[in-house]
Amino acid sequence: MTDTQPDFQAPDLPAEDNGLILPRRSFLRGAGTLTLSAAAVAMLAGCESAAAGSSASAADVSILNTALGAELEAIAAYQVGAESGLLRKPVLDLAVQFQGHHKEHADLLAKTVRSLGGRPVDAKKTYDFPVDQLKSQNDVLGFAAGLEKGAVSAYLGAVPLFQNRDLAKAAASILGDEAMHWAVLRNALGQNPVPVAFVS
Amino acid sequence: MPARRTPFGAAGGGPRKGAALRRAWAGPLAAAAIIAAVPAQAAAAPDPAHGKQIYDRCLACHAVAHDRVGPRHCGLKGRQAGSMPGFEYSDAMRATGFTWNRQTLDRFLTDPLGVVPGTTMTYDGIKDARERRDLVAYLLSLPPCGGR
Repeated sequence: MTDTQPDFQAPDLPAEDNGLILPRRSFLRGAGTLTLSAAAVAMLAGCESAAAGSSASAADVSILNTALGAELEAIAAYQVGAESGLLRKPVLDLAVQFQGHHKEHADLLAKTVRSLGGRPVDAKKTYDFPVDQLKSQNDVLGFAAGLEKGAVSAYLGAVPLFQNRDLAKAAASILGDEAMHWAVLRNALGQNPVPVAFVS
Repeated sequence: MPARRTPFGAAGGGPRKGAALRRAWAGPLAAAAIIAAVPAQAAAAPDPAHGKQIYDRCLACHAVAHDRVGPRHCGLKGRQAGSMPGFEYSDAMRATGFTWNRQTLDRFLTDPLGVVPGTTMTYDGIKDARERRDLVAYLLSLPPCGGR
């Protein structure tokens, strides 16, 4: 895999052949309406003011870069899933949408790192994913759900570390998006989408 | 059954129950209960299966068998910190001199940035001692690297 991520083409399958029952399908459609653009997140979190100086530190840049590295890997992981041929509509559309979110996160994180005088990490030329263990749509969904759950925990563990509160707010905004991904993927797997009252 | 964990600590049943507990702790029977409970808690064996569940929190950056944003964890027991070939560690991690064992992992995972300032593991840490104990037990149980 290269660090260039081409758009994928969704296979044209009948709507009935999607492996999802109706309530989940409706749930998936609804989730898409909650998407915020990167610009909206930046405005929400005040990243522009954070970048202007104030209290952001080299440690904050390091946190942002670690998050960026994970986002770039998530983009690549969704690419693997989308190109696997195992995902059917509307799950494939969902994967593409979630990959788009991760691209927005990565773009915002990279821009913020630059604004703070840092150098954003690059995507790796190759990523080592357990592709030999992905045999079905559910395998791909389970793999993605694990990454999203990990992302929730990673952002939760990063939020309290930021010296700049605007950056902490931005990270919390991304955390919320990752949590929605995790819940929707669990739902698509037929699992309780929100199994706990608190994430950890 | 262990107390349910919340972001504010173990769930205790609210202020009313908390007040009742405080009153109870003032009495001699409570002292006896503490004496009885502490050895039992300390003697509880680490639970690697529970630690594997805690490890889910690490999956944004780590995997057992391959490097990701963070290094792979196979064969972690007894490994020198910052020594996995091919992984680009921070200078701070390479300079720790740590050998990964129960004590060093427990210390590091409590507060990664506090223990190793400059590490790229920008994570607040596992603050719950039981969760950390079980996660460490799981990490130390992982087999050597060399195959999936």
